[in-house]
Amino acid sequence: MAKEQDKILNDVASGEYKYGFYTDIETEKIPRGLSEDIIKLISSKKGEPDWLLEFRLKAFRHWQTMKMPRWANLKIPEINYQDIVYYAAPKQRKTAESIDDIDPELKKTFDKLGIPLEEQKHLTGVAVDAVMDSVSVKTTFKETLAEAGVIFCSFSEAVREYPELVKRYMGSVVPYTDNFFAALNSAVFSDGSFCYIPKGVRCPMELSTYFRINASNTGQFERTLLVADEESYVSYLEGCTAPMRDENQLHAAVVEIIAENNAEVKYSTVQNWYPGDKEGKGGIFNFVTKRGLCRGENSKISWTQVETGSAITWKYPSCILRGDNSVGEFYSVAVTNHYQQADTGTKMIHIGKNTRSTIVSKGISAGFGQNSYRGLVKVLKKAANARNFSQCDSLLLGDKCGAHTFPYIEVDNPTAIVEHEATTSKIGEDQIFYCNQRGISREDAVGLIVNGYAREVLNKLPMEFAVEAQKLLQISLEGSVG
Amino acid sequence: MLSIQNLKVAIEGKVILKSISLEVRPGEIHAIMGPNGSGKSTLAAVLAGRSYPQILEGTVTWFGRNLLEIPPEERSREGIFLGFQYPIEIPGVSMVNFMKTAVNEHRKYKGLEPLSASDFLKLMREKKELVEIDSKLANRSVNEGFSGGEKKKNEIFQMAMLEPKLAILDETDSGLDIDALRIVANGVNKLKRPDNSVIVITHYQRLLDYIIPDFVHVLYDGRIVKSAGKELALELEEKGYEWIKKEVNNQA
Repeated sequence: MAKEQDKILNDVASGEYKYGFYTDIETEKIPRGLSEDIIKLISSKKGEPDWLLEFRLKAFRHWQTMKMPRWANLKIPEINYQDIVYYAAPKQRKTAESIDDIDPELKKTFDKLGIPLEEQKHLTGVAVDAVMDSVSVKTTFKETLAEAGVIFCSFSEAVREYPELVKRYMGSVVPYTDNFFAALNSAVFSDGSFCYIPKGVRCPMELSTYFRINASNTGQFERTLLVADEESYVSYLEGCTAPMRDENQLHAAVVEIIAENNAEVKYSTVQNWYPGDKEGKGGIFNFVTKRGLCRGENSKISWTQVETGSAITWKYPSCILRGDNSVGEFYSVAVTNHYQQADTGTKMIHIGKNTRSTIVSKGISAGFGQNSYRGLVKVLKKAANARNFSQCDSLLLGDKCGAHTFPYIEVDNPTAIVEHEATTSKIGEDQIFYCNQRGISREDAVGLIVNGYAREVLNKLPMEFAVEAQKLLQISLEGSVG
Repeated sequence: MLSIQNLKVAIEGKVILKSISLEVRPGEIHAIMGPNGSGKSTLAAVLAGRSYPQILEGTVTWFGRNLLEIPPEERSREGIFLGFQYPIEIPGVSMVNFMKTAVNEHRKYKGLEPLSASDFLKLMREKKELVEIDSKLANRSVNEGFSGGEKKKNEIFQMAMLEPKLAILDETDSGLDIDALRIVANGVNKLKRPDNSVIVITHYQRLLDYIIPDFVHVLYDGRIVKSAGKELALELEEKGYEWIKKEVNNQA
C-alpha cells in the first residue's frame, strides 16, 4: 500500500498522460473516406457473410440521411467523415492461436498498458479481449470459459462461429436507425467483443475488453454484444487508451446488453482515452451509444463508469426495464480538466411493473472543463409502482470550469415514485488546509477529497480496477488546484 | 523550540496582532486567554501556516528555523499540531484512510518506512482508547456527521496519532459538556511528555482546571498584556476581563 502511494505521488509529479506512446508496427490501412465501396472492402477484409454486409449497407444509407446531433451541451468542431480511415489493422498472422503467434511488439504494447496477453501473467480471474485499432489481437482464458459454457470472443469470430446468436441479438437494443453515431458504427464497425452466458451460469471470471487506438488518422468503431441468458450472471469491464496526437480521433462504439429472466449484468468502464493537451489540442472524440435491455423478469443491468479521458464525451448508458421487477443502475464519475468537455448521463425507461432504477452521477470539473449531466427517467403507462432515485452531484475545482445538469422526467403512471437530488460544491480551502495541517500535501489532499467524493461510485467497480480508477482520478486532476 | 518576536499580523488589511512575543520551551504548557476578538485564533492560524494572515513585522522561529517560510504540511511533519476550533468535514474520506495518509507522510519525513496495515490498525486502537472514542469512528468519514463533542475528541485522537512536539489547541473546550471536556483534557494530559509542549487557547478558565498550565498569557487588542503563572487564570475567572481592559486602557 505504501509503495502504491509512492507510485501515485510519482505519477502525480510527472503528471503526463501515461499511455500516450505509439507502437511502431506495420499496419494495414484502407484508403481514407466513406462510401459503399469502402464498406464492401471492410466486409470482405473480414470475410463476412452477405447478411452482415446488407446490414452495414442499410445502416450506411440511413446514416446518409441523418445529421450530427447538436443538442448536447458541447462545442464539437466540424468532423470531415471523408478524412477518416475506417479500417486499420496491425499486420500479423491471421489468427493468433497461441501466444507465440502474436507480434512481440504487440505483446510489448499490451504489457506496457498493464494488460499482459499471457494468461499465466494475468490477474487471476480476469479474461481479456485485447483490441488494437480495428481488430481483436487476442482473447485470453477462452478455454477456461468454454468449460463453463461461456462464449467470450472477438465480434468477428462470433460472426463466423455463432452467426445465429449474432443475427438474433445484434441491433435488437440499438437499431442502426437509433442515432447518427450508432448508424455510422453499424455501417463501418470493425471488431469488438461478443459474450454469451448460457442459462443458469455464473460466469467464473471477470470478463474485460481493452481497447487501444494506435494508428493515426483512424477512427475506432467497435461493437460489443453481451447476452446473459436466464438465471445467469456476468461482470464485464472495458478499458481504453490512445497515443498522444495533435489531431482529434473519433471513437464511435455501440454496446448492447440483453438480460433475460433473473439474469444480472454488471458493466464497468474505465475510460481513459487521450484527453488532449493542456491547451485543448488533440484528444479523442468519444461518441458512444450504450444500452441494456432488461428483457426478462427480475433481471438487472448495472452500469458503472469512470470517465477521465477523451477531449469530448457524448454517452448515455441506458436501461430499458421491460421485464417486470427488473432493475437498472447507473453509477458515474466523470472528470473534465483543461479543455475537456463531457455530456453524459443515462436513460432509465420503465416499461414493466415494479421496475426500479438508481442513478448516481458525480461530475468533477477542473481547469476550463465543462461537465454536463443529462438524464431521462421515463415511466410508461403500464409501469405500475415504478421507482427511481437520482442523485447528481457536481464538484468544481477552480472558477473557470463549469457544471451543468439536465434532468428530464416523464411519468405516465400515477403510482410511480421518482426522486431527484442534486448538489454542487467546491473543494474548500478549509478542507485542503485541514489535510495540510495533518502533514498531507495539497496535491494529495485534492486526491483524497476527490476520491472521497467519488467513493460511492468507485465502490461499485470490481476490486482490481477500483485502485486503478482512484489513481486515474488523481492523475487526471494533476495541476488543477493552486 | 518556538520563539515569536514582535509579531504584527493583519487580515484583509486590518491589523489584528499588533506586537506579540512569546517563548515556548520543551515541556511547557502555555495558556493564552483573552476576550473574543483579541486575536487568539489569528495567532493559531499564523503558527499553523494559513495563507490569509499577512505578516507585517516580526519573526517566528522553530528550533532556529524561520517558521514562516515552512509550508503548512511540513510544519505538521515537523511536529506542530493544530487542534481546530471548528474541525472540517471531508465527506467520503474515512478516518482510517485519512490518518494512514497523514501518519505515513510523517514517517516518510522522518525517513521511516510506512506502517503495515496491521501495525497501523493496532496503533489506531491504542490511541482510540486514550481519548475514549467510539471504535466505529474509524470507518466514518472525517468529521462528517460527528457531534460537537465527537469532533473535538477526534482532534485529540489525531494529536495522539501524530505525537506532535507542539500542540496548539484552539478553543478545544468550546461547545463541550463537562464529561467531554474531562475526556479531552485527560487525553491531553496522558499525551504530555517531558519534552513536548502545549499552547492552550481558551476563553474560559474551566479547561485549565484539568490542564494545568505553567504560564498564562492574556491577549487583548493584539498584544499580550499580562503573563503570569496558573493563578492568573483563576483571577480572570473571578474578575472577568474588564479589569485587564481597564488596566491596559489606563496605561495608554
